[in-house]
Amino acid sequence: MRVITVFIVTLSGLAILSGYFLTDLFPVLAEVQTQILNVAITLAGVAMLVGIFNLVSVHTDKVRRSQKGGVYSALLVISLLITLVLGIILRPGHVAMQAVVNGIIIPTESALMGILTISLLYAAIRLLRRRVDVMSIIFLLTAAIILFGSATLPFGDIPLLGDFARWWSQVWALGGMRGILIGVGLGALTTGLRVLFGADRPYGGS
Amino acid sequence: MLIPIELIIIAVSAILLGVIALWKRKAPARLRDVPALARLVRMLGLSVEDGTRLHISLGSGNLLDVRGGSSLAGLAMLRHIAERTSVSDSPPVASSGDPLLGLLSQDTIQAGYKAANAGELYSHTAGRVAGLSPFGYAAGAMHISQNENVSANILIGHFGAEVALLADAAERENVAIIGASDNLAGQAVLFANSQDALLGEELFSAGAYLGAGVSHLASLTLQDVFRWVIIFILLGGAAAKFAGVM
Repeated sequence: MRVITVFIVTLSGLAILSGYFLTDLFPVLAEVQTQILNVAITLAGVAMLVGIFNLVSVHTDKVRRSQKGGVYSALLVISLLITLVLGIILRPGHVAMQAVVNGIIIPTESALMGILTISLLYAAIRLLRRRVDVMSIIFLLTAAIILFGSATLPFGDIPLLGDFARWWSQVWALGGMRGILIGVGLGALTTGLRVLFGADRPYGGS
Repeated sequence: MLIPIELIIIAVSAILLGVIALWKRKAPARLRDVPALARLVRMLGLSVEDGTRLHISLGSGNLLDVRGGSSLAGLAMLRHIAERTSVSDSPPVASSGDPLLGLLSQDTIQAGYKAANAGELYSHTAGRVAGLSPFGYAAGAMHISQNENVSANILIGHFGAEVALLADAAERENVAIIGASDNLAGQAVLFANSQDALLGEELFSAGAYLGAGVSHLASLTLQDVFRWVIIFILLGGAAAKFAGVM
C-alpha cells in the first residue's frame, strides 16, 4: 500500500511540474495538469466536510466527558448546527444568513483584531523582560522608529525622523525581509522535493 | 527549445538532494547550535516525564498553494514528536486551520504511534481542525492551551499576526512557546512572544534536529549550498553594478 501511495504522489507531482514547464513540448500535459488539479480541488472540498465533522466530533467528545471548557464546546456545536441548518434551508443569500455574517461573524473577527493590537503591544513591552540581547533591542528600536516616523504628532513631524524611518524600513528592514524570504523559499523547495520523492510521507499512516 | 531556468533549478536540487543524502549516510551530522530547537528536544522529554501534553499548532496554511511548504515541514516535525511522546499519559495534540492539513495531521500522528508500537493508543481527536479562517483557527486553538494540561505549544507552519492571540493565551497559562512561521508578520510576532525564536529557514530544520533521518540532513546541506550560491550571485551582481558592467 505504501508503495502505491508514494507512486501516486510522485506521479501526480511530476505531472503537475511538467504541466508548468513542458507544455510547449507536450501539449497534452496541460490537460493532465488541469485534471489532476480538478481532482485535488474536489478532494479539498470533501476534506472541508471531514474537517467540520472532526470539529464537531472533538467538541462533542469534550461535552460528553464534561471536560474543562465543555460549555464553550457545547456553544460551538449548537451554533454550528443552527447556522448549518439555517444555511441549508434559507440559502446563504437570505437576509437572516446575512445577519448572522454581518451581526456575529464579522464583529467577532473585528473584536479579535482589536485584541490583537493590545496583544502585540503587550508582547513588545514584555520582550525585554523575556530576553535582553542585541536583537531584541534592535527589534524594539526598529518598531519605535517606524511608528514615530509614520505617526501624526500634535507638535508636527520630528525633523529627519520620517526620512530616517523610510530609509531604515526600505534598506535595512526590506533587505532583512528578502533574506528571510529567500531562506523560506529554499526550505520550501527542499521540503517539497522530499515529499515528491517519498522521503517524507505525511499520508497513508505509515 | 529553451529549458526553463526553474526546471533546471528543480532538477539540479533533486539530484543534489539524492547525492547529499547518500553522502550523509556515511558522514556524521554536524549541526550548529539553535537554542530554540535544543529547547524543543528538552521539552519533548519533560512532557513525557511530567505527564503534560504538547500542543503542535500547524497553522492555517493551504497545501494547494505556496504556503504548503511550511505546513509540510510542520507535519514532518509532528511525525517525530508523535513517535517520541505517544506513550505519554497525555499524548500530543495537533491543531490546524485547514481541513486537508487536519486530515494529514491525523495520518501523521497515527504513523508516529505505529512507529512507536503504540498504534492502539491513537485517538482521532489527536489531530484537530480548530477553525477554518485564520482568526477562527486562533480562537479555536487558544482553547486547547487553556484547557488541556498543555506544557508547551509548538507553532510551526503558516501563521499571520493572529498568532499573537495564540501566544498570549499560552503565556497566560505559563505554557512554553516555540514558534516559526513562513509569514513575516507571524515571524515578527513570534520573535516577540517566544523565549527562543526560530527565524526564516530554521522553520524547516526542526526535523533534522529531532533525528528525522538523512533526507532532512541532506535538505539542510542543500539549503546551505544554495544560500552560498545566492550570496555570491547577490554580491557579484552588486559589484558588477557598482563597476558599471551591468
